[in-house]
Amino acid sequence: MPNTGTLIVGAGHAGAQAAAALRQFGYEKPITLLTEETDPPYERPPLSKDYLARDKTFDAILLRPATFWASKNITLTLGQRAVAIDAAGHALHTADGTAIAYETLIWAAGGHARRLACTGHHLTGIHTIRTRADVDLMQAELAHTETVAVIGGGYIGLEAAAVLRKLGKSVVVIEMQDRVLARVAGPALSRFYEEEHRLHGVTLLLNTAVECIEERDGRAAGVRLANGTIIAADMIVVGVGIIPAVGPLREAGAAGANGIDVDEHCRTSLPDIYAIGDCAAHINPYAPAGQRIRLESVQNANDQAATAAKSIIAAATGAPAPHYDAVPWFWSNQYDLRLQTIGLSTGYDDTVLRGDPAARSFSLIYLRAGQVIALDCVNATRDYVQGKPLVVNRRIIDKALLADTAIPLKTHG
Amino acid sequence: MPILTVTNLAGATRDVTASAHGSVMEAIRGAGFDELAALCGGCLSCATCHVIVHPDDFARLAPMSADENDLLDGSDERTPTSRLSCQIPFTEALSGLRVTIAKDG
Ligand SMILES: Cc1cc2nc3c(=O)[nH]c(=O)nc-3n(C[C@H](O)[C@H](O)[C@H](O)COP(=O)(O)OP(=O)(O)OC[C@H]3O[C@@H](n4cnc5c(N)ncnc54)[C@H](O)[C@@H]3O)c2cc1C
Ligand code: FES
Repeated sequence: MPNTGTLIVGAGHAGAQAAAALRQFGYEKPITLLTEETDPPYERPPLSKDYLARDKTFDAILLRPATFWASKNITLTLGQRAVAIDAAGHALHTADGTAIAYETLIWAAGGHARRLACTGHHLTGIHTIRTRADVDLMQAELAHTETVAVIGGGYIGLEAAAVLRKLGKSVVVIEMQDRVLARVAGPALSRFYEEEHRLHGVTLLLNTAVECIEERDGRAAGVRLANGTIIAADMIVVGVGIIPAVGPLREAGAAGANGIDVDEHCRTSLPDIYAIGDCAAHINPYAPAGQRIRLESVQNANDQAATAAKSIIAAATGAPAPHYDAVPWFWSNQYDLRLQTIGLSTGYDDTVLRGDPAARSFSLIYLRAGQVIALDCVNATRDYVQGKPLVVNRRIIDKALLADTAIPLKTHG
Repeated sequence: MPILTVTNLAGATRDVTASAHGSVMEAIRGAGFDELAALCGGCLSCATCHVIVHPDDFARLAPMSADENDLLDGSDERTPTSRLSCQIPFTEALSGLRVTIAKDG
């Protein structure tokens, strides 16, 4: 095999960090970081926060200065889409017909925003928030937008709603479930955020299904609900999750049903191919035993990148490779509320409310079989920090003690 | 433009200049140091922008917020002059500031 080094597909949080980490840990072979996007690696979280609000410029959200990649001898290839993999031949094919040989491949292609499938889904004026280009398109229309319908009450939809209210738009959030954040948080957190959004003037429609998008003059003009009501809107923002970008890898034979399956070193079922970040379905020590999950977070992208980089270097030297076992954490900013999450609440069977949501500083603690598995902390950084050891050590603590704000969580550590 | 003196994990020290608009974190990241993760992009959610300020410079900084103090408490690497670099606005008045990137920075 020629000494072709490592090829990374996707230059988001995971791919960019994998390239940087390989160099940081002493990898000396060539590294190519290839992405279909035309911008150098940037942070995605601000897209629904400060960047959408124009509180940050694009330069301020670059993951590294544009000159960084060349200075580390990393070949950054922008605007190239991977379309096929020859796993046996160790080659990747791109949309323009180029074949790139690799010794090791890291698949870090994340996901693409899920779009609507109903009538009118293709109309101008419908937006998703996944890339810089998405947000620039939105911003170009915002000047002549007064009303916005946000479909999906997950973190991205709610963050966008908060920014759009701040920009003075009238905002309706349409959610199919009976509460916002239903997929990721407990009811007490959902109710709190629903109340906050209402107080900020957002109209929330829960238990509400979308029938189709209404058209006027070739543009989206509103959302028709399943009950026949039409929500007029100049702009429609769709925040209904992502579809993992794994086509070429799946076609090459990599195992995986939801994303691509990886082992504890982030290796796929194909030789010399790793997968990391949003697209990697892994066994996480903080999820229910044996459950394979994909995590969509900067923490996961970053820590899996480090695991893959160390494993690649270890494979060359025969040293033992590290296991991916980092504690999951996450954040979300809406209005003046800072949410910090530690652990994974998946599969919780009980919760404890610590503090008073009305005081806008509280934590929701998740338990599974009595063990502390996660905390959602709203404007409660101390609980977030002190709750971490409880999650790491799977502590079993009396619920009344957990709820008592007079006792710092570290007392139970 | 103000000057910042940064020592990386390997112990190498380099002076960098940065515009007086952003934070010390942005100045360090913008200069291409790859050890500073700054994963949350400066919104006081992660503590991965941890730096240790030179003891003689510490008093030049405005006091930290309670949240910054709490986040730093989660670090095993905390020292008496630890700060989260995203919380320090980098101004002309701070020119000459000396910081060392912490192990968990
Ligand atoms: C609006 C928004 C807000 C968020 N907020 C938070 C937050 O507050 N906190 C948090 O922890 N996480 C947040 N996230 C999630 C976080 O950004 C993701 O988990 C992270 O970006 C995943 O990184 P990744 O590298 O796996 O994928 P991505 O960042 O999606 O990068 C993958 C890259 O690969 C490219 N690509 C895909 N297919 C191909 C192909 N075939 N060929 C070439 N290139 C390809 C894509 O275009 C993309 O550029 C947010 C995400 C979004 C969209
Ligand atoms: S960058 Fe996250 S706290 Fe500073």
